[in-house]
Amino acid sequence: MNRRKTLTTMAMSCLLAAGSIAPARAPYPADPLHSPMWTAHAQTIFGDDPVRFDPRVKVSYPEIAENQRSFPVALDARGLGPDLGSVRRMLILADLNPIPIAIDYRPDGAEPYVATRIKLDQRTPVRGAVQLADGQWLVSGGWVDAAGGGCSAPPVSRVKGDWAQHLGEMRGEAWPIADGASRLRVTFRHPMDTGFVANIPTYHIEQMRVTGPDGRLLGQMEIWAAVAEDPAITLMPRAHPGDTLSIAARDTNGRAYLAKVTVARQSPLPAATGATGR
Amino acid sequence: MMLNRRQALAGMTGALPLLTGAATDDYRIDPQPVADGLWMIHGADEPMLFANGGAIANIAIIATPAGTLLVDAGPSIRYGHMLRKVAETLTGQPVVRVYVTHLHPDHGMGIAAFDPTIVAALPGTIADMERDGRGFSDALYRLLGDWMRGTDLALPGRRIDQPAEDFGGRRLQLLPLAGHSNADLALLDERTGTLIAGDLLFLDRAPSTPTANLTRWRESLDALARLSHKAAIPGHGPFDPGGTRAIAQTRDWLDWLDATLRTAVQSGLDMVEAGTLPIPDRFATMAAARYELQRSVSHLYPALEAELLPRVDLPEG
Repeated sequence: MNRRKTLTTMAMSCLLAAGSIAPARAPYPADPLHSPMWTAHAQTIFGDDPVRFDPRVKVSYPEIAENQRSFPVALDARGLGPDLGSVRRMLILADLNPIPIAIDYRPDGAEPYVATRIKLDQRTPVRGAVQLADGQWLVSGGWVDAAGGGCSAPPVSRVKGDWAQHLGEMRGEAWPIADGASRLRVTFRHPMDTGFVANIPTYHIEQMRVTGPDGRLLGQMEIWAAVAEDPAITLMPRAHPGDTLSIAARDTNGRAYLAKVTVARQSPLPAATGATGR
Repeated sequence: MMLNRRQALAGMTGALPLLTGAATDDYRIDPQPVADGLWMIHGADEPMLFANGGAIANIAIIATPAGTLLVDAGPSIRYGHMLRKVAETLTGQPVVRVYVTHLHPDHGMGIAAFDPTIVAALPGTIADMERDGRGFSDALYRLLGDWMRGTDLALPGRRIDQPAEDFGGRRLQLLPLAGHSNADLALLDERTGTLIAGDLLFLDRAPSTPTANLTRWRESLDALARLSHKAAIPGHGPFDPGGTRAIAQTRDWLDWLDATLRTAVQSGLDMVEAGTLPIPDRFATMAAARYELQRSVSHLYPALEAELLPRVDLPEG
């Protein structure tokens, strides 16, 4: 931020404080979570793009952080509806993690939904940030209380010592859902080393791409070591029953992972309807 | 409204006991007679919270001609000290044996208040406490703060390797079972036919599964159902005067939980969604049901995914 911009910002803040004129565009709106890292992360992630908090961006997680090494988070922007334009990027981040961003997802040919499990290094805001095609970011989230240490504890498979035997094992399945979309679940065996555990360097899956039967890109993401060991990812690519999806991933050592999943003919079992409905 | 200085000070003083509740307040230990010479202390049917000081587990006090017996000892040394006083006042006899039913800290951290040579547990429980006790202790200090002051991890000094123990004619059967954890002790008081089941049984409070093996747990419930007991003290929840309701309800929950999570994995739900699935009306009487469902999703879901989702990676990927 240059000096002029800083001064402008200060002047705008004064106007805001006086309650007289709402500026056309303040740098970042005040954080409802009062996170000490809000402005720093906003500068890094959003830059000069407009930002606002929007509860239609749904960030869901359990009431209790039972396991700080593996905390489920789902980011769902389907509630925005089509009128706001397409969703270009979806980020899951935890402000006070040493690795704040867990996933940076581009749902190119998918419903704007992503779910995974992340590490929590302490009590922290957990957020979803969704960027629309016009560049604006919509942000939502809440504080999550956690015992902490999730980023600096050794992965279970490192302690057990069997991580290399299972590295690259992938499991998955896909089911049709409404409106020509599918629900894809993929799991990897991977230690997802953060680099914060003594003498174990950073080693994690860093990229994943999902393509349809015609090779069309349906979704792609960058993945950081803030994603829990043995990553499990849920997406909603636009694909039909019988379509075969290709899932290609790569880790920071350059190892490639490839899997094929065919979308099932059947809809999910009745238990799914309550939780998957919009 | 403006406050003057005196009002502000008065307000602060008034608020002080609330802020420092743990220092001035104490555990309320209220043993209820449930059979001849047998009392149950009903723990709060809640998650472990600062507000309840971690006193959520049920505890049994048994009077025998050879002295007083305790089954489980609460979450902290402070609780253990108070428990001993309450029990010895009640029976007029010193505590001569403390059984620890399993490794979980709401049942076992209070043994720090007792001589380890009178504290008995299954060998598997002692090994579990040796391995996990430090971590449990950290978690409890974080949650309970001052309630835990002075509580060090203590290990039982007696390994249970006999099927029963006799205290001046009052005999207790010691049943080595498993499933809620690697080693779960259940006790049967032969004089009154009361089963003291530890956390193998929950009643009107959802079962917790951080160390559970559901298959072994159900086998243990089968074993309990075959006993000719008359009543049961569950690990959490009210006394069960008939002794069958807690067994049936615990089995019903475990069966439902297992089937529901399997269906959820096979339907493509992620863990967040699985934790929001509807809980059937028949469990409406159960405290902490949503809380325990979400904890169980965390405990059990990854293994179910590994079991139920097919391998899809291609060779030389």
